[in-house]
Amino acid sequence: MVLADFLILGAVLFGLSVAGIFINRKNVIILLMAIELMLLAVNMNFIAFSHFLGDISGQVFVFFILTVAAAESAIGLAILVVLFRNRHTINVEELDSMKG
Amino acid sequence: METVYLAIVLAPLLGAIVAGLFGRLIGRRGAHWVTILGVATSFVLSLYVFKYMVIDGNPAFNGSVYTWLVTDGIRMEVGFLVDRLTTLMLLVVTFVSLMVHIYTIGYMHDDPGYQRFFSYIALFTFAMLMLVMSNNFLQLFFGWEAVGLVSYLLIGFWYKKPTAIYANLKAFLVNRVGDFGFLLGIAAVVLYFNTLDYAEVFSVAPSMADATIEIIPGVQGSAMTVICILLFIGAMGKSAQVPLHVWLPDSMEGPTPISALIHAATMVTAGIFMVARMSPLFELSETALSFVLVIGSITALFMGLLGLVQNDIKRVVAYSTLSQLGYMTVALGVSAYSAGIFHLMTHAFFKALLFLAAGSVIIAMHHEQDIRKMGGLRRYLPVTYWTSLIGSLALIGFPGFAGFFSKDTIIEAVYASHIAGAGIAYVAVLIGVFVTALYSFRMFFLVFHTEERFDARTRSHLHEPPAVVTVPLILLAIPSLLAGYWIDPVVFGDYFGDAIQVAAAHDVIGHLAADYHGAWGFILHGLMAPAFWLAMAGLITAWYIYTQNRAIAGRAAERFRGLYRVLQNKYGFDRFNEVFFAGGARGTGWTLWKLGDVLIIDGLLVNGSARLVGWLSGIVRHVQSGYLYHYAFSMIIGLLLLLSWFVWFAPTQ
Repeated sequence: MVLADFLILGAVLFGLSVAGIFINRKNVIILLMAIELMLLAVNMNFIAFSHFLGDISGQVFVFFILTVAAAESAIGLAILVVLFRNRHTINVEELDSMKG
Repeated sequence: METVYLAIVLAPLLGAIVAGLFGRLIGRRGAHWVTILGVATSFVLSLYVFKYMVIDGNPAFNGSVYTWLVTDGIRMEVGFLVDRLTTLMLLVVTFVSLMVHIYTIGYMHDDPGYQRFFSYIALFTFAMLMLVMSNNFLQLFFGWEAVGLVSYLLIGFWYKKPTAIYANLKAFLVNRVGDFGFLLGIAAVVLYFNTLDYAEVFSVAPSMADATIEIIPGVQGSAMTVICILLFIGAMGKSAQVPLHVWLPDSMEGPTPISALIHAATMVTAGIFMVARMSPLFELSETALSFVLVIGSITALFMGLLGLVQNDIKRVVAYSTLSQLGYMTVALGVSAYSAGIFHLMTHAFFKALLFLAAGSVIIAMHHEQDIRKMGGLRRYLPVTYWTSLIGSLALIGFPGFAGFFSKDTIIEAVYASHIAGAGIAYVAVLIGVFVTALYSFRMFFLVFHTEERFDARTRSHLHEPPAVVTVPLILLAIPSLLAGYWIDPVVFGDYFGDAIQVAAAHDVIGHLAADYHGAWGFILHGLMAPAFWLAMAGLITAWYIYTQNRAIAGRAAERFRGLYRVLQNKYGFDRFNEVFFAGGARGTGWTLWKLGDVLIIDGLLVNGSARLVGWLSGIVRHVQSGYLYHYAFSMIIGLLLLLSWFVWFAPTQ
């Protein structure tokens, strides 16, 4: 197991989440999940570097990111609930009120 | 003595402040008492100064009272120069002002702005005193502007009357033109002498006679000429010389007492006084003197002619003021400063008298000012009649009356002078004598003699105004009769001492003094001079035309219709100013408004930039689709670009 394997795994995860954001046109929940996945990909990189460089602070950082991610998804879901209550839909295609 | 001088200046100011700010509190009686007391204090103290200075023969006082600031070696201070010239002016100003104050009690009796009026005229007296007592250019300018300001307030005293508002604005604007020249003149004095103090300037002046100034590039001019002409432009504004005279006739819109105070006896004399005060400078430039002389003679003759066609009683007197100011200016032009100041003094008395008499007629006629609607008032207003007669005779220079001595001296001085323009000026002042007599007695006969041209209702109200009106008339009639006999010391004696300096080459008064043998000899000599016969001719012509055969006047107007129309239009000065200056200013303003404001600023800069932003965002808004994934995508692309730049192109350390 070398560093490159872990980095490739992180990149694949990141690519998946980017694809999830772009290809998904139906559901905002999937969007949120893709963002979570993106954060996890970053975490994977952090841990891999931390392990191979022998520096523990990378893993400490991951804890922070996990905490923030948890908080973020809580807020994201709360917004989602309110959004559904107002618009009766969570279809991404229909959420274009920011259009200039 | 310093306290006395301060008191002379401050007493009217105190009166003005009390009457102006606490007028409601002290009431009408309080207002006129406090201002009259202030001016009377000044007058009494002026008499004391006269005794101290002239009779006891003490030297002139020159000292500063307060230093305002010192900048770059130039001291700006409040100071007094009280010499014999100032003393004479003090007497004239305070005496006429006191008479006008008393007269005002009667004239403004029913006016709601009674206290305000008293406050203004006392303030005016203060300003004029500051002007004549100044020992430096800055304070002179202060007084200069202050009389301008108060005259603005007074001409527009009846501020609900549109013509009065027009007149006071006109007076203010025309005076600004003159004052601008005056300010430039003071600036030139500072530039060349580096001081504002009279004494310092005068002592250095002779060494500056050859200094040059380059106004038009490449052309060297005499600095003294430029300074003097600029200062004289200021005098032209204040003393209403052609072409800056247009404000004075219009200023008759104000109440009559101020016409007497400001536009006959004091403010308009400021310019004459200033030039006399600056005699050490003017003597150094013959060009400037010739300029003064020509302007003065034009004013003396042509403004007098306008008096012939006026029908408003006050306007006739106003044009005669213009003409007499022209005489004074002519005197200054031929270096006969003492004669000019002497005429200023006698004129102040008889012109104030004539204005107040006109005011008395106006009161009696219930504010009717058209002389065509008067006539035969002699029977109803005996005091006004006799005092007017004295004033008119003094004005036309009837031998023995005050105006005779001063005016004849001026005419003789012009005759004796060799300065450029003296020939024309002599002709102008001689014809002016005839014209003066003609219009003065035209008015006099039309008002006091001839048949009554008013209705019975007016007749039933006709009576002599109260004593507060007639007493000043009588008090002014006395110096109008007698002031002329003072010619001995003032003109031909050594009254002024070194207050007025005349170069030997221009000394016409010295030349005349050789032939002078007392006042009676002067009268006898005057009886044989052309001026007397011209005055008599004017008087008799007026008598014949206006009392015997009135049809001639109408026929003459018909016959010389072109000339008549020119006179009616006042030579078109007003029209010219309206079209050229006022119209030009309005046109420039309109163009700047339409071009600069509406087109460039509003159209191009303000609305234009807004429209540009709108147009740009109209294009850019298509980028903003509102879909989250578009934004995220552009973020990723941006990140990629940034990273690739960072990896491949970033400068390495």
